[in-house]
Amino acid sequence: MPTKFQRWKESITATDIVMWLIGFALLIFIIMGSILTLRAGRYTPVQWFDFVIYGLAQGSIYALVAMGYTLVYGVLRMINFAHSEVFMSGPFTAYFVAAYFSRSSLLESHPVICLIVVFIVSMSVSTLIAFLLERIAYRPLRNAPRLIPLITAIGASFTLMYLFRGLYGTGFQAYPVWEIFSGKLPIFEGFAIGKIQIFVIFAAALVMVTLYLFIQRTRIGKAVRSVSEDKEAASLMGVDIDKTISITFIIGGAAAGAAGVLYALVFKQVFFMMGFIPGIKAFTAAVLGGIGNIPGAMLGGLLLGLLESIGPALFLDGFDIAAPYQLKDAIAFLVLVLVLIFRPTGLLGERLAVKKA
Amino acid sequence: MKRSLFLSVALLLFMAASTIFAAPPADPLGVVTIKPGEPIHIAYWFVTAGSDSTLGIDTKRGVEIAIDDIKGTLLGHKIKFDGQDTGCNAEGGQAAATKLASDPTIVAAVGSNCSSEAKPGAPILWNAGIPTVSPSNTAPYLTDPKRGPSYDGYLRTAHNDKVQGAVAADFAFKNLKAKKAATIHDGSVYAEQLANVFAETFKKNGGTIVAQEAVAPTDTDMKPVLTKIATAKPEFIYYPIFVAAAGHITRQVKEVSGLEKVALMSADGAFSVDFYKAAGESAVGMYHSSPDFEAFGKVYEDFIQKHIKKYGEKTLAPFHAHAYDAANMIFKAIEKVAKKEKDGTLYIGRKALRDALYATKGMKGITGNVNCNEFGDCADPRIAVYKTSAENIKTLVMPKKSFWKPY
Repeated sequence: MPTKFQRWKESITATDIVMWLIGFALLIFIIMGSILTLRAGRYTPVQWFDFVIYGLAQGSIYALVAMGYTLVYGVLRMINFAHSEVFMSGPFTAYFVAAYFSRSSLLESHPVICLIVVFIVSMSVSTLIAFLLERIAYRPLRNAPRLIPLITAIGASFTLMYLFRGLYGTGFQAYPVWEIFSGKLPIFEGFAIGKIQIFVIFAAALVMVTLYLFIQRTRIGKAVRSVSEDKEAASLMGVDIDKTISITFIIGGAAAGAAGVLYALVFKQVFFMMGFIPGIKAFTAAVLGGIGNIPGAMLGGLLLGLLESIGPALFLDGFDIAAPYQLKDAIAFLVLVLVLIFRPTGLLGERLAVKKA
Repeated sequence: MKRSLFLSVALLLFMAASTIFAAPPADPLGVVTIKPGEPIHIAYWFVTAGSDSTLGIDTKRGVEIAIDDIKGTLLGHKIKFDGQDTGCNAEGGQAAATKLASDPTIVAAVGSNCSSEAKPGAPILWNAGIPTVSPSNTAPYLTDPKRGPSYDGYLRTAHNDKVQGAVAADFAFKNLKAKKAATIHDGSVYAEQLANVFAETFKKNGGTIVAQEAVAPTDTDMKPVLTKIATAKPEFIYYPIFVAAAGHITRQVKEVSGLEKVALMSADGAFSVDFYKAAGESAVGMYHSSPDFEAFGKVYEDFIQKHIKKYGEKTLAPFHAHAYDAANMIFKAIEKVAKKEKDGTLYIGRKALRDALYATKGMKGITGNVNCNEFGDCADPRIAVYKTSAENIKTLVMPKKSFWKPY
């Protein structure tokens, strides 16, 4: 009767050992870098605090977009690459509304109403695009082999991107500035948070919690979970599969539309390719947290944002590497590799619902 | 089977022989033959799509106006002008150059726009015997004495950044009295070399470079890197990068604590209406180095009038005049070397055309006297510093008067 340890010893292969060695080497590199940086004492606590806040703001936007990837993966087992264009379409359309408000000085007199209208426009457009995307591009191919919807998604992504390029032009557009969001809120002794960062973090948290409760507590949410668990069994129980999948896309689209406005409020620029990089990052965040898992997407998004913001300064500054911020994507993806070596299903595991057929 | 092979070989030999005998001016790199009624084909390789397209459209229009000015004909042949998009990156430049190189009718090319495109692209074109004149590449590397023979077909009417970077450093040190400066580049050939020239000159003047950072052209969140720069407490930040990233930095710099009062300066790559749209009112008060339009004089006024008449708007970026001069340089060189038969057939030797371009001396262009040196630098570099006002942002019009000049 072999013990548990013996069985484990027999099951490991040479590849496992190499992977573990790589993992540990990277881990030691990261720890060394952090210690060296902290000992050099180049940054004040206020600056570390700023890094964290910037990272959280960026991370909550990633998290919102990542929810769209994760929900769709949960119900359809496909990566919806066109989600980055769903993210772009909303704020880009809402820009024209915002610019109109700015010109007519309505923005100065009623900033909150304008903000709500911009959110509504952006979320509706993104939702509509996501709904049509599923209806036109994915539904006819639902029973096709898995590679086919993937290629369709990439095609849909380009189609949408260049459709919006044709509609709105290739140039960058500067989002108007909401005066209520400029400036900083002092906390104590030099620590201060930009008002826009506070707004982004709270708004994103609100949207995420609402969506999470919607999935967990409502009848429709239960239907979404049941479809992701087992499509056939759910349909036998009387769940309308087509409707449920449409709803999943609508939820993801609304989250992306909200994320898009937050993105535009922070970075104040929109253009037709703005979705590409955040889309890839959000997909990474979804994988990092465990794709198909909603809390995982939130955690992955926040972690990725923090890594990008703090990582270069913390891990690389100690080694005196020139211009470390050029390497911020490298660091973010390196950590992704590390996580996948130690936990191949992501931080929180790869499931929307607990059980799966 | 054998017979047909024999026949085709014979036919090929005959054709080869006939071209050799029909083309009297022998040229080591081949001769372009333009029969009566055929156009002279000049190609562009500019960034005409995507986020940096104003640069490409602006220069393309410069060439088009030059073609209009000679009524579209040269030596009795129409001019055919078309080309490829380059995307402002090395891969795009390589792809565009490869496409142009496969077309044997192209006599000469105008381009590229971004220095990163020219680095892989220019050798590909020259390998096919096509000389190219760039209106907007400014990276020093491209006309460096050590650049190697594969760049022998490359010339430019744009200024060398050895001049532009030094002007920026002199301005920061002498006019703004800044002692501590930081630089940011985006990994492109253009930005990196410009930032380095700036740093060297600034140090030579007696200032200190407190931070040399880099971002990626697609980055949007610049606050972390700016926070890092803020720890070094610079008085001046120089970021000679392109529209998208420069817009983000300009927008975010005032939000970072410690950088509220820092002076900002960028270069000609972000001196465009598109940048004003991207940066919005945060660009008010920042500086740009750019070709000095006041030094261009009367001819330039006429050019602007023609531009407004033809395209219904003002110029979009700083290099239209350089493109106009580049086109005229090519026309003059073709006129000099082309051999014309009685029936109108033109023979243009590729090597001869390249040598004629390099021999351009004292040509009166819009940008000044165009004089090419042995490495293809043809510009008469006059760089001025421009300051953006609230009025410029509101009306989306580039500043007319320069703020500071080194001469």
